[in-house]
Amino acid sequence: MATVETLYLPHYPDYPIYISFFKNVSNAPFLRQQLLEANTAFEYAFLDATMILSPRHLYAATFRALNDAVHTRLKSRNIHSELVFSLSPNNNIADAYRRFGIQDSTTSLLAVKIPLSNHDITAESVSKHLGGAVEGESVAFGEEALAGVTDLKALRKVYKLDSGNKGGGGKKGKKGAEVVVNGNGVGSGKDERAEMEGVILGIMALKGT
Amino acid sequence: MSPTKPPLVGASTPLPLPPPFSHSALRLLTQGAEALVFHTTLLDSRTPVALKYRPPKPYRHPLLDRRLTRQRLLAEARVLVKCRKEGVLVPDVVALGADEGWLGLGWVEGATVRRVLDKWVGKRGEEGEGELMGLMGRVGRAVGRMHEIGVCHGDLTTSNLMDSPADLRSLAGDIVLIDFGLATQSIQDEDRAVDLYVLERAFAATHPVAEPLFQEVLRTYGESYKGAKVVLRRLEDVRMRGRKRSMLG
Ligand SMILES: Nc1ncnc2c1ncn2[C@@H]1O[C@H](COP(=O)(O)OP(=O)(O)O)[C@@H](O)[C@H]1O
Ligand SMILES: [Mg+2]
Repeated sequence: MATVETLYLPHYPDYPIYISFFKNVSNAPFLRQQLLEANTAFEYAFLDATMILSPRHLYAATFRALNDAVHTRLKSRNIHSELVFSLSPNNNIADAYRRFGIQDSTTSLLAVKIPLSNHDITAESVSKHLGGAVEGESVAFGEEALAGVTDLKALRKVYKLDSGNKGGGGKKGKKGAEVVVNGNGVGSGKDERAEMEGVILGIMALKGT
Repeated sequence: MSPTKPPLVGASTPLPLPPPFSHSALRLLTQGAEALVFHTTLLDSRTPVALKYRPPKPYRHPLLDRRLTRQRLLAEARVLVKCRKEGVLVPDVVALGADEGWLGLGWVEGATVRRVLDKWVGKRGEEGEGELMGLMGRVGRAVGRMHEIGVCHGDLTTSNLMDSPADLRSLAGDIVLIDFGLATQSIQDEDRAVDLYVLERAFAATHPVAEPLFQEVLRTYGESYKGAKVVLRRLEDVRMRGRKRSMLG
């Protein structure tokens, strides 16, 4: 059995979302293969957790995927691929999988299941299935679980958070890496993650517009 | 804050909201000419947001209306993200329903500068004037930073500036700029000067007692970035034109 968090996004009380987090995963190639073969027993979004900044980062992608599913405007095959796609700053689905999806080398894994209206799927059934399928250590998902896992540098690169001021005038004396997302956001004094999160949520919300 | 009733369209029909939102999960804050602003949560129950909703305009063709609303929302969201990236204090863009007409903005604690000034004017005393000068100074610097990165606000009133103190009882908070619905990406002195003029007029109209304090906004603005002094000179032209216009009626 694996630890499963049941998430209800605000305003979507009828759509439970199941989230499981694993460390020290040793069978990522097998799991990835199930996705490639479109094995129907493996309808999940399998994410490489090193590319998840915070719970809110994941929830924002989940909200976008669910909201687009409800409005019947998915850009990819299904809601799980849409979740992976929603994390990406660009419109290339293969790119999204390469950056945010499970890789053969993945050891920290997030498994997300959005059953939509399939009520046969429960936290128990997900826990049982993942417990058997994933070889790794199941841990409760949350900020602490991500603390030592996230690859902040890789995230900065993917979301181009270090690209300096590209804005209009008067940028002299303030160019370069530190200006962007520079500990000076709303609620200044908050840590680097909070600063990155504010920008990343915006980039994700604007993606595809 | 006191509970608010859902806004009505007819005598008793509540304004319909786009899915997934319902009035029971939202608290109405303001109802402006273009948008309604609600308090609610998004993403998780610990993430408060200001949900800005631009309802359809019944007198416009629905297709055209949707397209215009979408464009306005996108423009607003893009400017916010640009500011956020470049360290200008604005709300986070948490989520966006461009086709449905809504924008979810990270909640800013604190009060609008308008409310802060109202309170101060209500009390009137000399006391607290130093603090208020500090507030004015921060307003000038915040506007300067925004202009420096190439953004003009377009509707710079004291209701669109928030004082967001870490300690809610003090005035010494960060100034957070909100309401970028009319913002443009511009580095024109004229646009910048008009921003300052609009703010100056807003001050004079709502807080004539505090008007002398506006000098402090201009002083810190003038020191906030390289092109600021030129903009202050341009402001004098804009004032002149404004006066002429009002004389002509
Ligand atoms: N992010 C926010 N956090 C807290 N309060 C907000 C936020 N955005 C707006 N408000 C409140 O709602 C009011 C109206 O929002 P605003 O964006 O200015 O809309 P409008 O275009 O109708 O003026 C603001 O004056 C402020 O009191
Ligand atoms: Mg406003």
